[in-house]
Amino acid sequence: MASTLINIPSTAKQGEIIEIRATIAHPMETGFRPGDSGQILPRNIIQRFSCRYNDELVFSATLFSAIAANPYIAFHTIATASGAISLTWEGDNGFAQTETVAITVSA
Amino acid sequence: MKHNLIRRKLLATGIGIGGWILMGPAAAVPDDLAAAINTFSGGAAVSVGKVTLAIASLVDNGNTVPINVTVDSPMTATDHVTAIALFNERNPQRDVATFTLGPRAGKAVVATRIRLATSQKLVAVARLSDGTFWSQTVDVVVTLAACIEGEA
Repeated sequence: MASTLINIPSTAKQGEIIEIRATIAHPMETGFRPGDSGQILPRNIIQRFSCRYNDELVFSATLFSAIAANPYIAFHTIATASGAISLTWEGDNGFAQTETVAITVSA
Repeated sequence: MKHNLIRRKLLATGIGIGGWILMGPAAAVPDDLAAAINTFSGGAAVSVGKVTLAIASLVDNGNTVPINVTVDSPMTATDHVTAIALFNERNPQRDVATFTLGPRAGKAVVATRIRLATSQKLVAVARLSDGTFWSQTVDVVVTLAACIEGEA
């Protein structure tokens, strides 16, 4: 499990636009760099990031080698209801990780 | 006489090849950037405007460059941004990232950190729900390049 840093407000007013910021520890090896042996290191990147709010997809991203190591993504969503916001990272070599954060929405 | 002709031919070929090496890659760059944008837009025309691509114009370290894309859109159910794509001119690969948004986003603002191999152009393209495409192009100067050095 790679460590993650997720910033989502724990409480919000209904209809409020909240910012979600997420970072995950990942080398994002580009597949263009030579290693110590002079051979090109095989690509190992996160290819897809998605955010589900109460199981509804609200945001997703396709990432390429040009994204820096430990990918940071910030975006916004409208706080609609209390529940869970889950963030999923998927990538090369079968990498998959999901983190879920609870949010309480008041009227 | 014969030798002279061969020499001339060799010289001409040499200059030709040299010229191709000098001109070739430089001339090829904008084409594949345009091709990558064209693939994203599906051949539709991309207008300039509505998109703000915020990035430092002088980048000290190309390994992590903070970047922020804002699209001027009310983000309602009928009028919103459906996707934002980022392209570069001179990294080994033209695509940087593609973000998929919807009216649930509330605000068409995304931020991330990217790698830049050298000084180049960056293009952010937004696809709106009405099917139009908008873009902004920014030139950046990179002093320390990413991707050049091997394993640290």
